[in-house]
Amino acid sequence: MNKETVRRILAYIRPRSALALLSLLLNLLTVVLTLLIPILIGRGIDCIIGPGKVDFPRLKDLLLRVGGCIAASAALQWLTGLLNNRLTFCTVQDIRQDAFRHIQQLPLKYLDSHPSGDLVSRIITDVDTFADGLLMGFTQLFSGVMTILGTLVFMLALNPLITLVVVVLTPVSLLVARFIARKTYGMFREQSVTRGEQTALIDEALGNEKLVRAFCRENAVTEQFDEVNKRLAACSLKATFFSSLVNPSTRFVNALVYAAVALTGALTVLSGGALTVGSLTSFLSYANQYTKPFNEISGVITELQNALACAARIFELIDAEPLTADPEDALSPEGAEGRFALEHVFFSYHPDRPLITDLNLNVMPGRRIAIVGPTGCGKTTLINLLMRFYEIDGGAIRLDGTDTRSIRREALRRNIGMVLQDTWLPAGTVREIISFGCPEAAEEEIIAAAKASHAHSFIRRLPKGYDTFIPENGGSLSRGQQQLLCITRVMLRLPPVLILDEATSSIDVRTEQRIQKAFASMMEGRTSFIVAHRLSTIRNADTILVMRNGDVIEQGTHEELLAAEGAYAVLYRSQFDH
Amino acid sequence: MALLGLAASVTAQYFAARAAIGFSTGLRHDFFAHIQTFSYADLDHFGTSTLITRITGDINQVQTGINLGLRLLLRSPFVVFGALIMASSIDPGSALVFGGVILILFLIVFGIILGTMPLQKKVRGGLDSVTAATRENLSGVRVIRAFVQEENQGARFNRLNRLLTKTQLLTGRLTAAMNPMTFLVLNAGIIILIHNGALKVDNGTLTQGQVIALYNYMGQILVELVKLANLIVTLTKSAACARRVNDILLTSSSQANSEVSLPERPVHLSFEDVSVRYNPTGDPSLEHVSFSAEPGETIGIIGGTGSGKTTLVSLIPRFYDASGGSVKLNGRDIREYSLASLRKAIGIVPQQAVLFRGTIRSNLLWRNPDAPEEELLEALDTAQASEMFDTKGQGLDEPVAQGGANFSGGQRQRLTIARALIGHPSVLILDDSSSALDYATDAALRRSLRALSWKPVTFIVSQRTASVRYADRILVLDDGMCIGQGTHEELLESCQVYREIHEAQQEMPSDKKGGTR
Repeated sequence: MNKETVRRILAYIRPRSALALLSLLLNLLTVVLTLLIPILIGRGIDCIIGPGKVDFPRLKDLLLRVGGCIAASAALQWLTGLLNNRLTFCTVQDIRQDAFRHIQQLPLKYLDSHPSGDLVSRIITDVDTFADGLLMGFTQLFSGVMTILGTLVFMLALNPLITLVVVVLTPVSLLVARFIARKTYGMFREQSVTRGEQTALIDEALGNEKLVRAFCRENAVTEQFDEVNKRLAACSLKATFFSSLVNPSTRFVNALVYAAVALTGALTVLSGGALTVGSLTSFLSYANQYTKPFNEISGVITELQNALACAARIFELIDAEPLTADPEDALSPEGAEGRFALEHVFFSYHPDRPLITDLNLNVMPGRRIAIVGPTGCGKTTLINLLMRFYEIDGGAIRLDGTDTRSIRREALRRNIGMVLQDTWLPAGTVREIISFGCPEAAEEEIIAAAKASHAHSFIRRLPKGYDTFIPENGGSLSRGQQQLLCITRVMLRLPPVLILDEATSSIDVRTEQRIQKAFASMMEGRTSFIVAHRLSTIRNADTILVMRNGDVIEQGTHEELLAAEGAYAVLYRSQFDH
Repeated sequence: MALLGLAASVTAQYFAARAAIGFSTGLRHDFFAHIQTFSYADLDHFGTSTLITRITGDINQVQTGINLGLRLLLRSPFVVFGALIMASSIDPGSALVFGGVILILFLIVFGIILGTMPLQKKVRGGLDSVTAATRENLSGVRVIRAFVQEENQGARFNRLNRLLTKTQLLTGRLTAAMNPMTFLVLNAGIIILIHNGALKVDNGTLTQGQVIALYNYMGQILVELVKLANLIVTLTKSAACARRVNDILLTSSSQANSEVSLPERPVHLSFEDVSVRYNPTGDPSLEHVSFSAEPGETIGIIGGTGSGKTTLVSLIPRFYDASGGSVKLNGRDIREYSLASLRKAIGIVPQQAVLFRGTIRSNLLWRNPDAPEEELLEALDTAQASEMFDTKGQGLDEPVAQGGANFSGGQRQRLTIARALIGHPSVLILDDSSSALDYATDAALRRSLRALSWKPVTFIVSQRTASVRYADRILVLDDGMCIGQGTHEELLESCQVYREIHEAQQEMPSDKKGGTR
């Protein structure tokens, strides 16, 4: 799992491997320059032996060289920083983009059954945490590894014996870091999962804050929130504390290394070995520089554990099974005739509760089909199937004789205009909202559509007319006004097939009557499916389907059904009988 | 010594982690609880997305910042100043160099912090818009797919995402300068130190060993500052986040509250010359409306789209406050009662039928967590929702998905009606809440509402005259004005708009020939 995640991350970095290599190279150069400095300074100190015994010309020369190294190293460091930034943020941008694109390809079945807050948390918070970890990894891991290797080489050149002491002591530090890192991965993952749970709760509560307030649920949701919050605090504390143990533990080991180097070094100098006081100074500074990256790397590793846990959650989302792709040879018919046929269609949301069983229906082009029936009888489900929001379990749905599964989903939906009971509007200006389906629509077309749907008059009264910005969830527009905008955006497109699911349920009757005319001309020559509770709006339909529990129990024109004295007749009379 | 250091350090880490997490947990709670005091107008002002990113992402960032900050800031200054003091004990002259270097470093660090702060704020803003785009695509997935807008939406997301990356890179350019600059200054300090040291060794005021010690102290400062520099990104980011969180916490609710509890039933409700203006410059949404209602009465409110029906009923639970006139309960202005007691007395069925994740039972228990089972069943019965148990297998314990996605629109609506009836509210408001019900169910619902034993004042907002015709009083709204008031029969006589609405709904069914095609 862990390895797999790393592999996936590397795959994202691969397109920028040139940048990564360059960054490594620059790091190496920086390290070499940085490491030269102690040697030069060590030699400089050897020039300062005592009163009157200072070799000034040589010292000046050495210090100038130190200055050169410093300037070059600083410039390189800055450049590396820029490279690492680019590397991280571009990689993260790709991952976020992929996650988003994948959401667009997930079946509604997945989206309907997963809290959207959790998905948002993955794309936003998890990716963000991952970015932090990755950046730290690039900046500190790279330079850390380079520093360790570089110092080893320089130390070997200075004195192999003391180097041996250092090398022998290193694994201790590594083992400690590794042990802690392994422990903390699980804790970070738990933290990330709990955080996702909390975001889902926040999304639900704050997303419906007005409702919460209306029911005085403030305390109840806050209690619920506190419960998750407390659990999050507990696992955060564990993860943060244990991961922060790495640093002091390795620092402890490092202190030992430093002492050992000082001791061996001092003994070597005293025994008149091949070591000057200046070299010992360089050596001590190396020992310090050598162990410092272990500190950093161990810190980075815990940070990386956190990043990995987050990355795993993002990949989990990216790996969720997408919609079955449209077949290679899928058709893209334009301007369909609008003949729909349902043949032995079976469908259910839960395998153990069949909803639609063996449904057959034939709709000729240009016909108006009304669907009525008690709530929960399967009207909306039927629409889900016609639009291919959900896939049928058996049978076939054909458009103009072609199985809809062999038509590209996009092409199918381009042929269908839909107005739902659920008025969803994107945030944007009124103009953008109306031209949602065809962004290239001209101003006159937009206004014409708005006039046809009788939305023009209320739009004109908005503070900035068509340029008024409407925030998420429709802002202060009433449900009816939102519904008028939903109708307008379909009016603008006018595809060959229309689906109107309670399209006018929130519009007042006088406006509705006026729209009816526009609807009538809109439906002229188009196959339309109309779901409505106001039976008056569907009396003119060519065929009325009466549904119950997923089955069509009656079918016919208004007059035929009334004459048949069946379920429709009962339903129809009930609306005048109070 | 090393062991002692280890023990002390571990303890410090523990307390740093504890402090940071304790702080952020408390902050998250306060933030959440604070939002619970916001008025509807405040909520409209901020929008949901930004509140969500602030309570999740931003507070996490603050937590990380505090944890790292505590760990390092509590250590680094000691090391830096310790080194300074040690240096001055060796050679006061060199200590001046130390002092100068530290001062310049401080200037650099603070300069960069100040420079990146506004940029970090921009980065968070960019993250906000990416969040909003993601949320929108999840909530509007059906419409987006129906209109084949996946590509456009994807392009929009990518644009926002790229913009975010660009701001991040810009910020990075500044913070990346931190490390090399501190490195440069410190090493320049070392050069001066050794040069000065050489002069002093030459004239005998210092020894070689002391120069080495000075050099080592400078080296230690370097190590600490490099660590600090690496942290600066995190710290400034946290500071920017903290500011965003604080913005919300400083916003106090725009609605005054009182401590007076509303007395138990029965309630008399009256509107006295009430006007509402959402926007000081815009047209009023409601103008000079007056009426009154006695316990057990039903008030019908009818009118066109945007006529002010919802605005009128929103005043009763004080979702918004009237800008003129007053709404009175039992003779006192409702602003004199506490919000909690006021809202507890009101059962409301909003237009949007939203359920929360849980079970049918957990959703029904909203108004009164202690309501007995019989009351729940009775409410479901009144709301015409009992029959849906025939198709849903687990009765009251049937699970509910987020937003109630596993129920049809009509089922959700009836559950929200039942939810409002629990706890026997004195005022019942149905805001166009039978739009997803078929006529037979709607009629049955109204019959059972009229028969409620505890006689609430009931408001029925609707567009159908059929839904309000048996109300004791009907208000006809048009463009925010009350243009008619009376019973169905009276209004048919006196109010032209009402007659038009009524005839529009009657004419078609009576015309059995099938009308015009």
